[in-house]
Amino acid sequence: MVDSKQQWKAWLYLAPAIVLLLIFTVWPIFNTVRMALLENYSGLKAAAGMQFELGFGNFVKVVQYKRFVQCLKNTCLLCVLTVPISTLLALLVAVALNSIKFLQKGLQTIFFLPYVTNSIAIGMVFAAMFNIVGSFYGTENELIVTAGIINNIIGFFGGKHINWINYGSSYEANMFVMVVYIVWNALPFKILVLLGGLQSINKQYYDAAKVDGTPRRRVFTHITVPLLSPMLAYVIITGFIGGFKEYTSIVGIFGENMGPPDDAGRLNTMVGFIYDALETNSQGRASAAALILFGIILVVTLINNQVSKKRVHY
Amino acid sequence: MKVVLQNLTKIFPSRDKKAGKEVVAVNDFTFEIPDGKLIGLLGPSGCGKSTTLYMISGLQKPTSGKIFFGEDDVTEVSTENRGIGLVFQNYALYPHMTVKQNILFPLQNLKGADKLSKEEMDKRALEAARLVQIDELMERKPSELSGGQQQRVAIARALVKMPRVLLLDEPLSNLDARLRLQTREEIRRIQKETGITTVFVTHDQEEAMSISDLIVVMKLGVVQQIGQPQQVYDDPANLFVAKFLGTPPINVLEGTVRGGKVYIGQEAVLEVAGVADQPVYIGIRPEGFVLDENGPLSCKLSNVEVMGRDVSIVSTNPASLNPVIRSIINADNRVDVTSGTVRYSIKPHKFFLFHKDTEERIRFEVK
Repeated sequence: MVDSKQQWKAWLYLAPAIVLLLIFTVWPIFNTVRMALLENYSGLKAAAGMQFELGFGNFVKVVQYKRFVQCLKNTCLLCVLTVPISTLLALLVAVALNSIKFLQKGLQTIFFLPYVTNSIAIGMVFAAMFNIVGSFYGTENELIVTAGIINNIIGFFGGKHINWINYGSSYEANMFVMVVYIVWNALPFKILVLLGGLQSINKQYYDAAKVDGTPRRRVFTHITVPLLSPMLAYVIITGFIGGFKEYTSIVGIFGENMGPPDDAGRLNTMVGFIYDALETNSQGRASAAALILFGIILVVTLINNQVSKKRVHY
Repeated sequence: MKVVLQNLTKIFPSRDKKAGKEVVAVNDFTFEIPDGKLIGLLGPSGCGKSTTLYMISGLQKPTSGKIFFGEDDVTEVSTENRGIGLVFQNYALYPHMTVKQNILFPLQNLKGADKLSKEEMDKRALEAARLVQIDELMERKPSELSGGQQQRVAIARALVKMPRVLLLDEPLSNLDARLRLQTREEIRRIQKETGITTVFVTHDQEEAMSISDLIVVMKLGVVQQIGQPQQVYDDPANLFVAKFLGTPPINVLEGTVRGGKVYIGQEAVLEVAGVADQPVYIGIRPEGFVLDENGPLSCKLSNVEVMGRDVSIVSTNPASLNPVIRSIINADNRVDVTSGTVRYSIKPHKFFLFHKDTEERIRFEVK
């Protein structure tokens, strides 16, 4: 134990971290809960000296918004679609990368590039790739001359151009683009973690499997995947958490409209909903939505944990 | 199943093209391992013993030379088709599987005509587990087992598909001293019961000598001597083998042969016949000294270590290459610690001469 006379020193050394945490983490969390529980809380009105009653009105309002249900649906759909796809792809890429010697470092760098690239910039590139006409805001009456590389490729193979993200595009097409983009964006981190995991697996397991004449598929399913399960659990859990916070990717492709020009807000997400509420100075509603999102992430993570306890070996 | 190694050579290319030379890990190894014997490959680290084992297993390909199992040339046969069982140094048990699943794993890989029914597999797994006495632990995970138990599981997994040859890589190195003694007897017992030709690798000479039918002493990729443990100990081919076998190690001194006598310093310690005059290395086993007041060899007495049955006399001599000369004599002898010097006579069959430059053994007749 530290001498009690010396304790002020310990507090002194801890002070910078504690002060910063109090200001930027503890207080905001506390404040979010406070604002969420004050009926119709608004920062502007509060500044004018208005008093608010306690209550759950903000939560009720949030849930009753039609837009909120849409946002929740989009968010969940993106999570459910992108996390399994990106995890599976990352696993395959990592295993493939791990099994080659030649060019491994170079390919690793290429696969890692999306991670260090600005997601808005990537979004704009994707928007250009999936574009159908020269203009983003093209209408039905404009001449359809695709400038997007994806449609050009489809056209090259004789397929019909698809309206991915422009005026009059379908929700399914929009979602497809989002899923492709998010999966691609999520790959590098997952590949990195899984490759690290693969490289830390003792080679002798593979030698032992070889001595026993284990077919390659069985080596993958019975040795590689179980030994990688802690890493897999990690990327799946962080993948879900990241998925529920999806926002910038939508902005990257569709702009602040959060949807094609003819249906703004169609692809909005939970985080987008929170930002919208903040913009209209409804901090109470934004806080309530943030807490609901927090609750969802908490529940999903707990479920993930529970599942991985059964599935993650050793 | 006898195993024949014919001019087996393994060369590892250098990693750094500019700086490095290639490494000859195993150099021209020829040996016939008799059927049903336990063979110890023995040598210091980097001597090529593990490489030899992995070449027999097929996990490494020889640069040149051939390997036969019985009459079959298996040099080009892949690991899984050789019919070997391999126990790795750190066992390589699959950590996510139970003991039973680990033992079953090789059987589940069998295909086609070899495919077994589930009952058959369970029966074979249980037999293997019984043989190594772990049938009580079938439902445990490897992390819930002690080192010795893990070792047994690894052996059971290697034995379950009834291999033609069993290979063990440093099987005892991860065990504590007591368990090591117990496990090495266990390995001997299992080998005797199954009669499978077994090759194991170790750097511990005591381990190799205690259980092997034959030992192969290697150094820098070259086989130094092959023989029964006692025979190699009693009749080492060169200074390296003499130094490598035996605890406490052999005492090595510098000396000269002049006119049929071996001199250590100015003292003629033994008369030998048929050896030309030359400077030599002299090896004397610790048990080769006899306390003798009129003995020809005098040493400066340092101290006496009492071990109960024996005493170990630690002394020094200017000609000695080791810091001290250690002799082991019966505890019935009383040693006068105060005198400061101790005199020995030498048992001729524990006394070896080696060429000064080649370090090869010089054979002589005792007059």
